[in-house]
Amino acid sequence: MCLALPCRVVELRPDDMAVIDMAGVGKEISLALVDDVVVGDYVIVHVGYALTRLDPDEADKTLALFAELGEAALQETTAG
Amino acid sequence: MRFIDEFRDGELARGLAAAIRQHARGDRDYHFMEFCGGHTHAISRYGVTDLLPGHVRMIHGPGCPVCVLPIGRIDMAIRLVREAGVTLCSYGDPMRVPASGGLSLLKAKAALGRAGVGGDIRMVYSGADALTLAQRNPQRQVVFFAIGFETTTPPTAVLIKQARALGLGNFSVLCCHVLTPSAIASILESPEVRQWGTVPLDGFIGPAHVSTIIGTRPYEFFAEEYRKPVVIAGFEPLDVMQAILMLIEQVNSGRAVVENEFSRAVTRDGNRKAQDLVAEVFELRRSFAWRGLGELPYSALRIRREFADFDAERRFAVGYEAVADHPACECGAILRGVKRPQECRIFGSVCTPENPIGSCMVSSEGACAAHYSFGRFTDLAEAP
Ligand code: SF4
Repeated sequence: MCLALPCRVVELRPDDMAVIDMAGVGKEISLALVDDVVVGDYVIVHVGYALTRLDPDEADKTLALFAELGEAALQETTAG
Repeated sequence: MRFIDEFRDGELARGLAAAIRQHARGDRDYHFMEFCGGHTHAISRYGVTDLLPGHVRMIHGPGCPVCVLPIGRIDMAIRLVREAGVTLCSYGDPMRVPASGGLSLLKAKAALGRAGVGGDIRMVYSGADALTLAQRNPQRQVVFFAIGFETTTPPTAVLIKQARALGLGNFSVLCCHVLTPSAIASILESPEVRQWGTVPLDGFIGPAHVSTIIGTRPYEFFAEEYRKPVVIAGFEPLDVMQAILMLIEQVNSGRAVVENEFSRAVTRDGNRKAQDLVAEVFELRRSFAWRGLGELPYSALRIRREFADFDAERRFAVGYEAVADHPACECGAILRGVKRPQECRIFGSVCTPENPIGSCMVSSEGACAAHYSFGRFTDLAEAP
């Protein structure tokens, strides 16, 4: 029920609506809950509504942190 | 898909698993509750438990909106269809939740048309579909069965405002929206946690998408007041593993604060626009019945008087009546983290996803359904 997917906005439409790319398929969703979305933004979509914008820089930082922590741990395991 | 696949990467998972093994001290146990069904699902589906050392244990929480819906609420929806003859629109998951008299919305739908029963039941992907249906069929009363936590509430608020702007006289909402912090409080206040210690709890993995709306601030109270660390995490398996690592580190250093692993989508303040919409349309209910947790004060929302025309409970004067769960069903104990699905004696035999007896077996986020689909083989492997 609470699942929501990150999707890229490909077109803005009147009345706070937008088209997103959902695994290659265009789907119309509502932007009524978010402000200032532009084409190319990623939004998290739930029951046809964008809940928030996704921050790509933060996503990259999180992934980099996973890699760093993992590498350190694996190295230590081999060293020990 | 971008921002999903990267967070399921096997190589990174092995690294995080190694980090967890390194940080988890050998001289103590760790018990963390994942509040959300979304996390429960990820943990079961991707076998996260198999990557954890034996003394790091996950406890399923009550954060599945379908699971906490009491039978009496589904009964109300069915009564609206059968007695008031409305067209009821529901999300997919509630359709199979067991109601009284062996019914569910799905079974009630199959019985429609027989014995001169009016009304209709439709499954919708979005509440917007229900609004469109009402616009196209002015002769029908359309009721949207609105369930869900803070993730799903803002879209319902938008709908009600749209219905008012359109002056729709044939659209209303059966509001069953519930609040996450109340459920967390009820777990922390439960005798199992506070007095008996039968549910040891060293910290929480906090909601992902709920938090995009409410932000991380509401959890600060729990961290301070109950001295429990909270880490907000996304619903992908790597998010969950990182959150477990962060919780272990907090426990090791004796800290209890709110940390945010899901920084790509969650801020401290959350989505203010959505919060304002919710506050404009809804107000707190004095009390609401939750499955498994009982009546919880100020734990749910109802539609404000200003929008009373769109409140199905007022328009059709349909009331809530409590109904007991199936006597064998352990959903209540499972939702409070007291029991595990495999401890229910009808798990997987009488109660299956095809024929759910309790609500935890309905949604893929329910603890029983998740364990049935992905975890049973682990049980078999463990058996002597
Ligand atoms: S297995 Fe079925 S009956 Fe048993 S607790 Fe789970 S949902 Fe309830």
